[in-house]
Amino acid sequence: MIDSNIKNVIEIEGLDTWYGTKQILSNISLHVERKEVMVIMGHSGSGKSTLLRHMIGLNNPVSGSIKLLGKEITGLSRNELYELRKHIGVAFQNGALFSSMTLQENVELPLHEHTRLDHNTIRIMSRLKLELMNLSDNETLMPAELSGGMLKRAGLARAVIMDPEILFFDEPSAGLDPVTSAELDDLILQLRDALNMTIIVVTHEMESAFKIADRITVIDNGQQIITGDKETIKKSTDPRIVNMLERRAMNENINADDYLNKLTRN
Amino acid sequence: MSTNRTQALSSIEAIVVRFGIAGIFLFETARTIVLPPYSFSALMKQIAFIGARSLLVIVVAGLFVGMVIALQFYDTLVRFGSVSLLGSAVGLSLIRELGPVLTALMVIGRSGSAMCAEIGIMRVDNQIDALECMAIDPYRYLFAPRILAGIICVPLLTAIFILVGIFGGYFVGVILFGVSPGSYFQGMADTVLNRDLFMGFSKSLVFGLLIVWIACDKGFNLHLDKHGAYGSEGVSRITTEAVVLSSIAVLFSDYLLSALIL
Repeated sequence: MIDSNIKNVIEIEGLDTWYGTKQILSNISLHVERKEVMVIMGHSGSGKSTLLRHMIGLNNPVSGSIKLLGKEITGLSRNELYELRKHIGVAFQNGALFSSMTLQENVELPLHEHTRLDHNTIRIMSRLKLELMNLSDNETLMPAELSGGMLKRAGLARAVIMDPEILFFDEPSAGLDPVTSAELDDLILQLRDALNMTIIVVTHEMESAFKIADRITVIDNGQQIITGDKETIKKSTDPRIVNMLERRAMNENINADDYLNKLTRN
Repeated sequence: MSTNRTQALSSIEAIVVRFGIAGIFLFETARTIVLPPYSFSALMKQIAFIGARSLLVIVVAGLFVGMVIALQFYDTLVRFGSVSLLGSAVGLSLIRELGPVLTALMVIGRSGSAMCAEIGIMRVDNQIDALECMAIDPYRYLFAPRILAGIICVPLLTAIFILVGIFGGYFVGVILFGVSPGSYFQGMADTVLNRDLFMGFSKSLVFGLLIVWIACDKGFNLHLDKHGAYGSEGVSRITTEAVVLSSIAVLFSDYLLSALIL
């Protein structure tokens, strides 16, 4: 059903989306090649997480096309979408682990639901992944007993338990200290090299983006500013990119009348 | 004036839309209940949660309700010299009304609220999105076992409530006030008809469905809350709403079913 030799695992054309009357993303077009690490960068509220939700079919765009592993996902039935999602893994910002299950049960859940493997095989597979994430001593803990970094790694372990072709990772470094966040970056690279995954990372953390990315897409205010490799980004003369690289706050041109109206509106 | 009218129209529209969403929720869950694969272990877990762990509360409540209605009926009937009707009065009121309604209200307080809060927190914490991303259908995984368990457990709990209530009434009427045990049980056997049993059973079935449906739908669709309250405040708000709404729904449908069957 799915062509495993396809070159571009994700292709997005002219994606527009709105929340009510507010446009969140406008005319986004990008593709992700097999086995590359694509980082989607932007400030908080730039629309990057919304873009991620569209790529995995959690939100539907107002217009535009999204192809995941060669299949158009807008307009797929739920069952078709589930079939496609068996080939992807998603690690959420806070881990999104089920709080009523131990770490091990969380990681094993997709295997129990989608395969007919026996209990011992499933246990071995989950231990392999937990070992990879340095969590093998914590498998019987509940999510509430884990630290922020451990929760993210556990979410990652669950996301890769089915050996997906594409891994999506939402904000790996948000809320982590620099050392833990650097460890996660190494882990991401290790996953690409050892398991041959295509990886899409959404982050606002520049240092980590430049460390792991093959290519970077920068999104600002729902607009796609640039997509390219690290050199292209560094050489860009776009003031928004330059500001971001130099960590300067954006100097927006403020109209005095608009500003007054904003303050005095009812 | 016209803005008032448009506001009224849009709020009516919002209510109709919300009912539609709840309808779709029930339809999708029903579809996963009927179609394989089935998960018996998940069903057993929910039956244990809604049913087995409510047992003590239901037994205690049933006992006291049976005792107090026997007390009240005895005091009334003794004025007319017809204490022999005590058994049928206790039996009929428990089977037709008090058993199903009070059991439903106890289940709302004990299981409905907990279920709504649990699902609501799963929504807030992205756990439901995570299920979707793991290609696990939340309707099948979360709601089918809960709805099914509600439909199975509430009638059974109601039956236990009624049984314990009848013995509570026996204790007050026969042991404390000296009504003859023969007339207590014979009166009950003579007056309680199949129709009464059918009424109690069908009510408890409908209540079981309503309670779980409302609790799960409220939690699952937390993000559609019109106040936009997300996070912990959103969870507390929808849990309160679910308890109030399902209590009203139980009492309303109680009247409706009584009127239909009688």
